[in-house]
Amino acid sequence: MSFESFTIQQLRKKLVDGEVTSVELTRACLDRIKETDERINAFITVCDEQALAAAEEADRRLAEGDTPLLTGIPFAVKDIFNTLDVRTTCGSKILDNYVSPYDATAVQKLRQQGAVIVGKLNMDEFAMGSSNENSAAGPVRNPWDEDRVPGGSSGGSAAAVAARQVVATLGTDTGGSIRQPASHCGVVGLKPTYGRVSRYGVIAYASSLDQVGPVARTVEDCAIVLGAVAGYDPADSTSVDQPVPDYMENLAAGVKGKKIGLPKEYFVDGLDPDVKKAVEQAIETYRELGAEIVEVSLPHTDYSVACYYLIATAEASSNLARYDGVRFGVRKDEGEGLIGMYQRTRAAGFGDEVKRRIMLGTYALSSGYYDAYYLKAQKVRTLIRQDFLDAFKQVDLLLTPVAPTPAFKLGEMVDDPLQMYLSDIFTIPVNMAGTCAMSLPCGFSELGLPIGLQLIGQPFAEAEILQAAYAFEQASDFGERSPQL
Amino acid sequence: MKSRYEVVIGLEVHVQLTTKTKIFCGCSTEFGQSPNSQTCPVCLGLPGALPVLNRQVVEYAIRAGLATNCSIAPHSIFARKNYFYPDLPKGYQISQFELPICEHGWLDISTEEGGDKRVGITRIHMEEDAGKLLHNDVNSSSVDLNRACTPLLEVVSEPDMRSAEEAIDYLKQLHQIVVYLGICDGNLEEGSFRCDANVSIRPWGQKELGTRAELKNLNSFRFIKQAIEYEVERQIDVIEDGGEVVQETRLFDADKGVSRSMRSKEEAHDYRYFPDPDLLPINISSDWVESVRKDLPEMPVEKLKRYQSDLGLPAYDAGVLVAEKGVAKYFETLVALHNQPKVCSNWIMSEVLGALKEKNIPISACPVSPELLAGVLKRIDDNTISGKIAKTVFEEIWNTGKNADQVIEEKGLKQVTDSGAIEAIVDEVIAANPGQVAEFKAGKEKLMGFFVGAVMKASKGKANPGMANQLLKKKLAE
Repeated sequence: MSFESFTIQQLRKKLVDGEVTSVELTRACLDRIKETDERINAFITVCDEQALAAAEEADRRLAEGDTPLLTGIPFAVKDIFNTLDVRTTCGSKILDNYVSPYDATAVQKLRQQGAVIVGKLNMDEFAMGSSNENSAAGPVRNPWDEDRVPGGSSGGSAAAVAARQVVATLGTDTGGSIRQPASHCGVVGLKPTYGRVSRYGVIAYASSLDQVGPVARTVEDCAIVLGAVAGYDPADSTSVDQPVPDYMENLAAGVKGKKIGLPKEYFVDGLDPDVKKAVEQAIETYRELGAEIVEVSLPHTDYSVACYYLIATAEASSNLARYDGVRFGVRKDEGEGLIGMYQRTRAAGFGDEVKRRIMLGTYALSSGYYDAYYLKAQKVRTLIRQDFLDAFKQVDLLLTPVAPTPAFKLGEMVDDPLQMYLSDIFTIPVNMAGTCAMSLPCGFSELGLPIGLQLIGQPFAEAEILQAAYAFEQASDFGERSPQL
Repeated sequence: MKSRYEVVIGLEVHVQLTTKTKIFCGCSTEFGQSPNSQTCPVCLGLPGALPVLNRQVVEYAIRAGLATNCSIAPHSIFARKNYFYPDLPKGYQISQFELPICEHGWLDISTEEGGDKRVGITRIHMEEDAGKLLHNDVNSSSVDLNRACTPLLEVVSEPDMRSAEEAIDYLKQLHQIVVYLGICDGNLEEGSFRCDANVSIRPWGQKELGTRAELKNLNSFRFIKQAIEYEVERQIDVIEDGGEVVQETRLFDADKGVSRSMRSKEEAHDYRYFPDPDLLPINISSDWVESVRKDLPEMPVEKLKRYQSDLGLPAYDAGVLVAEKGVAKYFETLVALHNQPKVCSNWIMSEVLGALKEKNIPISACPVSPELLAGVLKRIDDNTISGKIAKTVFEEIWNTGKNADQVIEEKGLKQVTDSGAIEAIVDEVIAANPGQVAEFKAGKEKLMGFFVGAVMKASKGKANPGMANQLLKKKLAE
């Protein structure tokens, strides 16, 4: 039996009704991965044994009766999440052999809900990238066109869902790393408000920007997974003690009477014509659904990318200092001296993009430059956040494109890092402001490549953007197409 | 000893806090456990781990700030100090940089001229300790991270001290304060109280500070004094030889009494401090500060005053008792049981401290508790034993752990107060020493001591000396 097209609720029903067991489901999932992943390369590690053991346990619980919603359903998580006893590489050579002694909180929560973790998903090394071409495990290919990138850095998380290997995945988003690949792969991805989901156990890239979020084929599935992982965690000092609403409760509330803002800085020339057309049509759909469309301004938008690449790289340069070969991970022992060991280990262990960002970040923090770069960027960040808060005084949510173009070809931007950085131009400001946003399918390019639209919500208003997304999803069928593999 | 140069000393002290658990995780801070047995993902700096602040550390920092007259910052932040070393798991130390928790404090010390002088405390901040490196042989070292993430307070003084003596006085006071506050055990050998000294010299009258050298690895007050004095001499020699003092870190070798250059401070790191994004700012309300202030234990300075004004002790006694927190506590417990402060003070200063010193054990290990000692003092008071016998009783308690009454009973040390019995002994003594009796009656009054001694000897020390004296006087006058 093929379960690929089912949603979480549909799978749940089949499990509870006894139509299928978790072991059968998990086996089918593992088979599907085996069939497709040689081409897609969405997975770095598939943990068959642990998955089947978890599935057996899930079946036992299902037989007994009352079980949490996700019991027995296979999931996969980005290889940035620490998973107990299963390798965590973060897409890097330097962690090639690393097995964590603990589970990330988000993973623990999924497990507590009964989820079966089948593997760890490919990603740009240390979450640094927008194409998943920076992985030590090789690039991920977009299921819609295998010559193209899936987006990044959660390329594996989006591709696995698009290729129907798993029903939903967890990714992380620091500058767009969930939303942009979701857009390129024609699936739904959500970046919660900073502090909504615990970062404990998530390998840190940029501590003040990283957030955990779901990727799935439907808005409802995203809502379910978000509800499973959200919540205050005392082990993460930056997680916020705000109650988690039931994201399913008013999902079908619709957008009648809602004010949707279009930030004019996001609708400039240079937008790919296919993207422009799809987003404009989406705006029309929202009008038809009863929303009022308002033009707004986010005046400091142009500074966002520069700001991001100072703050994120500065934090990363510090967060990645622990990869020194002393206590864990790979160590290059040959030769002499402590400094030599550090240098050889990190030179061999880190890829080019990671090195680039560490150097950039170190520079931005260094004596004599700190004020002009890092400190200044933090000040501008406050202005960027204020832009959003001001806009939300006039409107309930914002609508923008996700990426300036559909998925580009593998290798196309690899030699131009700065050009690559600009592909995050619409997603980065949301991380800078710390608020929530999601990407959902809103069309296809002439070449049949998925195009996504971004909905940006007020801090902790995930329920609201899910409602708006759901309304659009119900009024369209873009999410129903699937790539031919 | 006045030289051509003025000595300028600033001190940085790292105070290891006695909280049960580490500053950013729940691991135990217990000293001396097997390597890497007190670790977790957070203090190991494993990928994905995050710090969570131990509130007790903040409270201890507030205590330290209040006790040193600092202002407590209502808003302070943690910062990352970035550098690579194997005992620093994350590749950065979480410390405080721009907004430390305490600032602008001071301590008054005594100067060589005999007056008082104020030494400024620039700041006190919270930070985590690094682990320990153990050098196995030339080719390998091992890392023990039990100590990693232990809470430290760094106390930075203004460069206000002008001699090694002043430095030692400052350090001893600071040491006393942190032990009294109950935030540090003050054990220099174990590294609970670590001192680095910044020493420079300049010609008298020069306003500019000379280039300073930082002295490290000073783990006793004696070595600190030695090291500073050695460094002053060394710098004077360098200058007189026409050279310039280099800004550097020097390690003191206690065995050889010299220091060697460890690394040049010029090569020292740019630590690239920035606010730690994993931790929230620490906001301290004035209510919290006031409640900590209210709960501060009585500090040495206050005890000194109180022992003199309220308990009538002389300054010297007060000074001795207050020097160590454990001794002051012992004294106060004893006085509560036996309300004769001067008697208690005498006994502690001579018998208790004397025995502790001889046996080289700390007050905390004293086998004669205040309760046991009070029992002895009570028996002197009610004339059961004499003051002299009491010393024997004390020693016996020390060795056996029995209480005063048990010892007096078992050893038959009860003082003889029966005047009839003493009178009988007095008669014997008088009869046995006709020569001295005659001399005494002729005017040699000093011989009373001899007679009392003889009565005491005959009674094996048990006669009440006062009574013996009285009866002798009476009989000899007949």
